[in-house]
Amino acid sequence: MSDTHHTVQTEHGVDAPRDAPDADSIALELDGVTKRYGTETAVEDVSLAVREGELFTLLGPSGCGKTTTLRLLAGLEGPTAGTVSIAGSEVADAARASPPNERDVGLVFQDFALFPHLTVAENVAYGIPDASDAERDERVSSLLELVDLAGFEERDPSELSGGQQQRVALARALAPEPDVLLLDEPFSSLDVRLRVEMREELKRILSAAGVTAVSVTHDQEEALSISDRVGVMHDGHLEQVGAPEAVFENPESRFVASFLGQAGFLSGHIESDTVETAVGEFPREQLTGSTEQYVDALVDVLVRPDDVALSPADSEMDADGVVVRRQYTGPSFVYHVELDNGDRVRCQHNHTESYDVGEPVDLALVADHALAWYPSI
Amino acid sequence: MSDDTFDLESLTDIATGLRPGTGEKPPLALLAVAALVALAVLAPIGWLVARAFEVEMARALALLTSSSTLTVLANSVALVAVVTAASTALGVPLAVATARTDLPGRRLWTVALALPLVVPSYLGAFAYVAAFGPNGTLADLLAPLGVESLPSIYGFFGAALVLTLYVYPYVFLGTRAALLTMDASLVEAARTLGDSSLTAFRRVTLPRILPGITAGALLVALYALSDFGTPTIMHVDVFTRVIYVEYSYSRDTAALLSVQLLLVTAVVLLLESRVSGASGSGYASGQVRSASRLELGWLTAPVLLACTAVVSLALVVPLGVFTHWLLGANALGGYGSGFSWTYAANSVYAAALTAGVAVLAALPVGYLSGRYDSRLGRLAERATYAGYAVPGIVIALALVYVGVRYARGLYQTLPLLVFAYVVRFLPQAVGTTRSSVVQVDRRLVEAAKTLGDSSLAAFRRVTLPLILHGVSAGAALVFLTTMKELPATLLLQPANFRTLVTYIWTARESGFYGRVAVPALCLLAVSALSMLVILARDRHTD
Repeated sequence: MSDTHHTVQTEHGVDAPRDAPDADSIALELDGVTKRYGTETAVEDVSLAVREGELFTLLGPSGCGKTTTLRLLAGLEGPTAGTVSIAGSEVADAARASPPNERDVGLVFQDFALFPHLTVAENVAYGIPDASDAERDERVSSLLELVDLAGFEERDPSELSGGQQQRVALARALAPEPDVLLLDEPFSSLDVRLRVEMREELKRILSAAGVTAVSVTHDQEEALSISDRVGVMHDGHLEQVGAPEAVFENPESRFVASFLGQAGFLSGHIESDTVETAVGEFPREQLTGSTEQYVDALVDVLVRPDDVALSPADSEMDADGVVVRRQYTGPSFVYHVELDNGDRVRCQHNHTESYDVGEPVDLALVADHALAWYPSI
Repeated sequence: MSDDTFDLESLTDIATGLRPGTGEKPPLALLAVAALVALAVLAPIGWLVARAFEVEMARALALLTSSSTLTVLANSVALVAVVTAASTALGVPLAVATARTDLPGRRLWTVALALPLVVPSYLGAFAYVAAFGPNGTLADLLAPLGVESLPSIYGFFGAALVLTLYVYPYVFLGTRAALLTMDASLVEAARTLGDSSLTAFRRVTLPRILPGITAGALLVALYALSDFGTPTIMHVDVFTRVIYVEYSYSRDTAALLSVQLLLVTAVVLLLESRVSGASGSGYASGQVRSASRLELGWLTAPVLLACTAVVSLALVVPLGVFTHWLLGANALGGYGSGFSWTYAANSVYAAALTAGVAVLAALPVGYLSGRYDSRLGRLAERATYAGYAVPGIVIALALVYVGVRYARGLYQTLPLLVFAYVVRFLPQAVGTTRSSVVQVDRRLVEAAKTLGDSSLAAFRRVTLPLILHGVSAGAALVFLTTMKELPATLLLQPANFRTLVTYIWTARESGFYGRVAVPALCLLAVSALSMLVILARDRHTD
C-alpha cells in the first residue's frame, strides 16, 4: 500500500489554519523524533505540536509506535534523534533526556498502576509530598470530588472497580498540576459499557482541570469521539494530523483511509468531466481537489459503506458484482461486494433489505460529498 | 503461624499469587489420609513435649533458669540476630543488583549467588576451620613468612560468618522473586509523579518487596536457630549444640532445652506473621512488565567485586580446601584409608527410601490443599511444614525418646531414621506437589469428567500426568537434601550403617581431615545437583 501524500489536500487546505498553532499556545512539541531499539525502529522522524488545553490523541494499530511516543514525552525513554519540548523548554534530545521526575508531566497508565500498599487518598497525594497537611487534604478531597469519588479516601485500590481505579489514577496524575497529562490506552482495561461512560467523564474532568492532554489508543471510535485533534500513526510514522472529522473525511494516505472506517476502493479513470468506474461514472468535480492536470490518470476512489447502495441485478450476466460476505451488526447489514474487475467495496444497508451471499447485485454510488482518492498502484 | 513461608516453593507461591479455587468439597478418604500424615509428622514433637513435662517442676525451673541455660539462650538469640541482619544486608543489595540493574553477567551471578543455599553449612564451617584454624592451611602457608598466629576462626564470629555465607541466599531469592513479580509500571508511575529513582525505590519498591525480604529473613532466622553443624564445629554454645551434648548425659535437660528452643522458634514465627500481616494484601495491579534497568555506571566495578567476594568465600574456599586435601592425601599414599564407597551407597539407599516415602505422604496433602479450599486441608498442609520450623536435632531427639521408650525394636534401625528424614523434608515434597496441583487447570478435570471419567479416573488420567514433573522434582529435592542431613543421621544411625555424613563427622572429630576430601566433594556434587533440580523446576514453572 502506498504512503503517498499527494499534494491535492494540502493545496485544498482543509486543516491548514488549525494545524499551525501559534508559538505561544504550544504546550508540547516533538521535533524530528526518532527512537530505535538496537536495529528496531519504533518511532521515526515524528514532528508534532500539541496546543495548550487541547486533548490530542495518537491513534494507530498496535506496534505503530504510539506508546513509545508517549513514553518519550513522559521521559521514560530518551529519543535516538530529535528533540522534545514541554512548555517551551527543551527536555530531551539525542544526548540527554531529563528524567520523568524533572518534567511536569502526569501519566495515567494503561493498567492504572495504583500503589497497592497505599490508600486512595495516599495514592492521590503521592505526587505532592511537599505540600502541608492541610493543603494536601484540601487538594486530595477536591480532586476526589472532581472524579466523583468523594468518601473513598481510606479505601484500598483493590476494593475499587475498574472505573473507580481509573478515576483514582486520573486524580493522582492531576494532583501535582502537570503541564501535560498523558493517557496510555485509557479505556482498554475497562469493559465496553464502562468505556463509553468513562469517555464522557474523562472529557468533563479534563476540561474542568483545564489541562493539556495527550492520549494514545488503537480504538478509532474512542479517538474520533473525544479528541480535539488526532494524529494517525503507522509503522513509526505520523501519517496525518487534524481534527477528527477532517481526518476521517479526507484521509491523506491509503493507510489512514483504510484504518478509519470500513474503507473500500473503486478503481477509476479520470476523464475530462467524469470519472469512469466499474459501477458507472460520476462527475469529476466530486473528487476532492481534482484539477485538469489529473485527467487521464488511473486512480483509486475511497468509498465507505454508506457511499454506495446495492440493488438486485436483473441477470447474473450483467451484474456489477456478487455479495461475498455479510455482517449483521444489529440495526444494519454490511455487505462485502466483489466487483467483476476485482475491486472490493463494503456497503451498508438497512436490516430489512437482505441479500444472500453469492447473490449477483448492482452497485450505485450514492455519496453526496466529495470523495478522497489515491493514485492507482 | 503466618502463611507457609518456609521454603523456596512457598516463596514462589507468594510471588505468583497461586491459590486454590473455592467450591467443591474434598472426598472424605482424601481428608482422612492427609490428616493421618499430618498427625504422624506432629507426633514426635508431641512426645517430646510430653517427655519434658515428666521432669519435676522444681528441677525444671532450676534447669531453665540456671546461668548456663541463660547463656545458651543469649548466644542463640545473638547468633540468630547477627546472621539475619548480615544476611539481609548482603541479600537485598545483591538481589537488586542482579534483578534491577545492568550488571554484566546477571544470569550467571544469580545462579552463583544462590548456589551456597544448597551447600550444607557444616561443610563450609569445616572448610573454614581447616583453612583458617590454628593449624589450618592458611596458617601453614603463612608460617614461613613469620606470621605466628591468626585471629581465631572458632567462636561466635566464625559461626556467624559461615552461617551468613550459606543462608543469605534465602533473603537474596525472596527479594529477587518479589522484585521480578513487581509491576514495573508502579515505579514508572512514581517517577512521573516526581520521584527520583532512589526516592521511588524507597517509597514504592521497598514497601512492595518487604514481604519477600521478610519471608527470606524468617527462613534465615529459622535456619540459624536450628543449625547444628556450624555452631558445633565452631564451638559456640547454642541450643542445638548443647542439646546434642546433653542428650548423652541428661535426657531431662536435653528435652527441656528442646522445648525451650521450640518456644524461641515459635516467637520467630509469630514476629514474622506480625510483620507480613501489616504489609497488606497480595493485590497486584495489571500484568508484569520488565522494568527498565538501572544503570550502575561507576558502581559496576565495586558491585562485581562484591559478587566475586561472596561467591569466593562461600564456594571457592570449601571447594579449594577439599581439593587441596584430595591432592595432598593422594601424595601421601591414597585417600582410601578408612573410607569405603559402601558409605556412599548407604547414603543413596537411605535417601532413596526417604524420597519414596515422602512423595507418597506428600501426594494426598499436596493434592488436598492445592485442589480444594478446605480448612482441614490447609491445616494438614501447615502441619507438614512443622518439619521445617522444628530444628532437626529436636526431631531426632524426639525420635530417640520414642525409640528408647516405646519401640525398642525400632531404635537405631533404618525405618526410624527414614521416618525422621521424612518428617524433616516432607515440606519440600508437599510444596512442589501442591504448586503443580494448583497449576493444573481445573477445567481439564471437568472436561475429563464430562467425557465419562470418575473422579479417581480423572485424577489418574489427567491430573497425575500433569503433576508428575513437579512430584518428581520434589522427590529429587528430598533425595538430595537427605544425602546431606546431619543431626538426625548422627543421633539415629543404625549400627554399622555409616553414611557419607557420619563418616565426615567422625573423621572430623578424630582430626583426620585428609580422609574427608572424597566424601565432602561428593556432598558438594550432591549440592550442585540440588541446584540443577531447582533451576530446572523454575524454568518449568515459567
